[in-house]
Amino acid sequence: MLRSVIYLSFVLVSIAGIFFLIDYNFLAAIQLTVYAGGIVVLIIFSVLLVHHIEMELEMAKASKKIVTAIACIIGLGVFLTAIYSYDFNVITNSLTTTTADIGAGLLSYEAGGFILPFEVISVLLLAAMIGAIVIAKGKKLTEKNNQPQ
Amino acid sequence: MIPGISIYEILTVTSILFFIGVYGFITRTNLISILISVELMLNASVVNFVIINKYLFPEVLQGVYFSIFIIAVAAAETALAVSIIINLYRQISSVEVKDIETMKY
Amino acid sequence: MNLNHIILIPLIPLAVFLILGLFYNKIKPAVSGYVGVLGLLISTSLAFYSAYNYFFVIGKTEGVYQTIVEKTVWMNFTDSLHIDMGILVDPISVMMLIVVSVISLMVHIYSRGYMKGDPGYTKYFAFLSLFTFSMYGLVLATNLFQIYIFWELVGVSSYLLIGYYYTKESAVAAAKKAFVVTRFADLGFLIGILIIGYYTGTFDFETLNNPEGTSILNWASTSFMGLSALTWALVLIFIGGAGKSAMFPLHIWLPDAMEGPTPVSALIHAATMVVAGVYLVARLFPMYYFIEDGFALNIVAFVGAFTALFAAVIAITQTDIKRVLAFSTMSQLGYMMLALGVSGYEGHEGLGYMASMFHLFTHAMFKALLFLCAGSVIHAIHSNYLKDMGGLRKYMPITNITFLIAALAIAGVPPLAGFWSKDEILVAAFEHNKFLYIIGLFVAGLTAFYIFRIYFGIFWGKEGAYKNKPHESPWSMTTPLLILAFLSIVGGFIPFSEFISADQAGFETHMNYPLAAIAVFAGLIGIGLSWLFYKKENELADKFANRLGVLFTSAFHKFYFDELYLFVTKKILFNIIARSAARFDKKYVDGTMVGIGNQTVNTSEKIKGLQSGKVQDYAFAFIAGAVVIAIIFIYIWTN
Repeated sequence: MLRSVIYLSFVLVSIAGIFFLIDYNFLAAIQLTVYAGGIVVLIIFSVLLVHHIEMELEMAKASKKIVTAIACIIGLGVFLTAIYSYDFNVITNSLTTTTADIGAGLLSYEAGGFILPFEVISVLLLAAMIGAIVIAKGKKLTEKNNQPQ
Repeated sequence: MIPGISIYEILTVTSILFFIGVYGFITRTNLISILISVELMLNASVVNFVIINKYLFPEVLQGVYFSIFIIAVAAAETALAVSIIINLYRQISSVEVKDIETMKY
Repeated sequence: MNLNHIILIPLIPLAVFLILGLFYNKIKPAVSGYVGVLGLLISTSLAFYSAYNYFFVIGKTEGVYQTIVEKTVWMNFTDSLHIDMGILVDPISVMMLIVVSVISLMVHIYSRGYMKGDPGYTKYFAFLSLFTFSMYGLVLATNLFQIYIFWELVGVSSYLLIGYYYTKESAVAAAKKAFVVTRFADLGFLIGILIIGYYTGTFDFETLNNPEGTSILNWASTSFMGLSALTWALVLIFIGGAGKSAMFPLHIWLPDAMEGPTPVSALIHAATMVVAGVYLVARLFPMYYFIEDGFALNIVAFVGAFTALFAAVIAITQTDIKRVLAFSTMSQLGYMMLALGVSGYEGHEGLGYMASMFHLFTHAMFKALLFLCAGSVIHAIHSNYLKDMGGLRKYMPITNITFLIAALAIAGVPPLAGFWSKDEILVAAFEHNKFLYIIGLFVAGLTAFYIFRIYFGIFWGKEGAYKNKPHESPWSMTTPLLILAFLSIVGGFIPFSEFISADQAGFETHMNYPLAAIAVFAGLIGIGLSWLFYKKENELADKFANRLGVLFTSAFHKFYFDELYLFVTKKILFNIIARSAARFDKKYVDGTMVGIGNQTVNTSEKIKGLQSGKVQDYAFAFIAGAVVIAIIFIYIWTN
């Protein structure tokens, strides 16, 4: 179980590598920090919390696996056919984007600015935090809170 | 752009990644494995946005901004999912998918 | 002078029925009795007013009473074939209005006393009003279909009233029998109506009965098995009428219908519903007379005569007084049919028609009186059987006198009403067919005999064993008795032939003294014989019955017709036809329906699995569906 998490972190780091190749340094940094740092750690903690020492990782039924595999391959086929039949006009360049550019774009009021989603995201994160606390609080803590009254 | 790699190849890679995520989501029996598969899918889509932005529209940065938001949302969602899994684990002491099938006919 | 108030006459009892029926739980019984009587009082006054208007104020036009019709189209089949609803005012319908109103009013007043304390009092009055409404509608019908509709309604009311004591099994069976037998006869009626509609293109009475109209003039144009199709139709319609009027062989329901309360028997099975058959033949009389030279009319006459004889013979032997009166009704109805059968059309030839209607009128009076007196006796003694009665004249003087008056009337003793009407019938029969006259005369003697048998049996002779001293009935019950007795006395003096005749022109009748004397003589012989046998307690009657042996027992058992019918229906109809039909229905028809249901359940069991609680399955369906849609929209559709 833990191994799969480590493999996930490898994938995330590789994706950060792709970002570095494209010269989107800021994005790559965010990817590493948030994803590979925060989320993988979170998942590791949860895996350890629910881990039974004798737990065998069950596999799904063979029939289900085959059917899903076929569906996925067909889907992949559809995607690839769509991609390869389209003529992308690639513009060759080597622009480097600086963090200042990204920051200016994120906080700009003019058209093409992303200030509103920025604020909304902050509210979303707040909500997520509160939600997580409420859900994970559990019964015992609430009883303890109510008892002294 | 990355020299020597055409856009087709990268888009192929992200598609394969996406479908591996889908396969994992449908096939795995552990809730946390399902969560990991969701992360894979989200990442694939992030890379897609960024690549299209860099290769086809290099002057604007919409793809980057959008990807930042996707990452933020993914983080929040994972946190909540983990808390729900912990809560569920407290109730039924299991994180197998076959034990949470009660809402059926 | 408009006759628009006639439409109110049936509508008032209908309103009473609806009010009593809908508010049945909230009305106190005494109030419902008053409401019923009040409604009927209004209808009766309107009926008398209409009669006065029609016969005296409007009077004859060109020597003939006009038929006045008001109708609206109800259902349109083609331009000429349509069913109307309306009212038809002509001499016999006005006469019937009076008969129905008076008898119904008397029965309503009587019932207030007779049914007192009964738990279903309001329901009873509601049903009585429903019956009165149906009867009015039948009498005022303008075409065959309308009369059929009200015919059925009358049958339903009769069913409801016979089965009024619904906890008694015999009452329920009797109601069912009455309804089924009359319904069976109505099948013939309906087929007759359809044949007439098809061949003449109309259902309307005015058009059909016109002697110069196409329906009558063209009767020979269609032929079926040697007789005109219209003759068949008329015979079938007569079968319908025979069922309702208890002619042989559809008579079996009338004796059993005595299970209902006695006022019901008086109203329905003596004076009004059973004359519906006679009324129907009278209504279509021109058709009966002219088509195929009166072939159908001969059938009517013979059936009527046979029934009269048959019923009178059975009536001599019965021990339940209501059954005797029921068979007596059957016999008198036979007389009415006989009279219609021997009648002509023009002027004095139409004596039979006039006599039949006259007898209907007077018979209603004295038969209702007989039944109500019987009810009074039954109310006092709580038993229907002759053996429990005797010597009641000391205790119930009013009932005694009124019963005597009615008995004399039905026996044909002058100057009471029955003498005049029965005499006219015998004269008409004599002029037409001597054989039928002999039968009629014999039946007159038998009538006198049996009616005085029960009179002496109830009021004279040895006293029965009474637990409590019987007392005279209350005023609500004796008032109708007195009124009807008065009508029985004076009813005969109405110059009926001035008003009612086959061609609606009216004619004068003269007394045929020799025939009248013979008829009276026959009646007196009957009275004398029953005086001998029954006035004082003696052995003569029993010895005579034993001498007759088998003849007596078979008459007592009503010639075993009930058993015959029961055998036919149970063994043949039920076992062969009904059982197999039921099996087919249960296995195949029901089976199909149940099978469809089972298939649905099975299918849904199988697709139940789609709603597994697994999120992964839902996701799979999602992905697969998205892929399929992508394939369809991108590749297949755009091509």
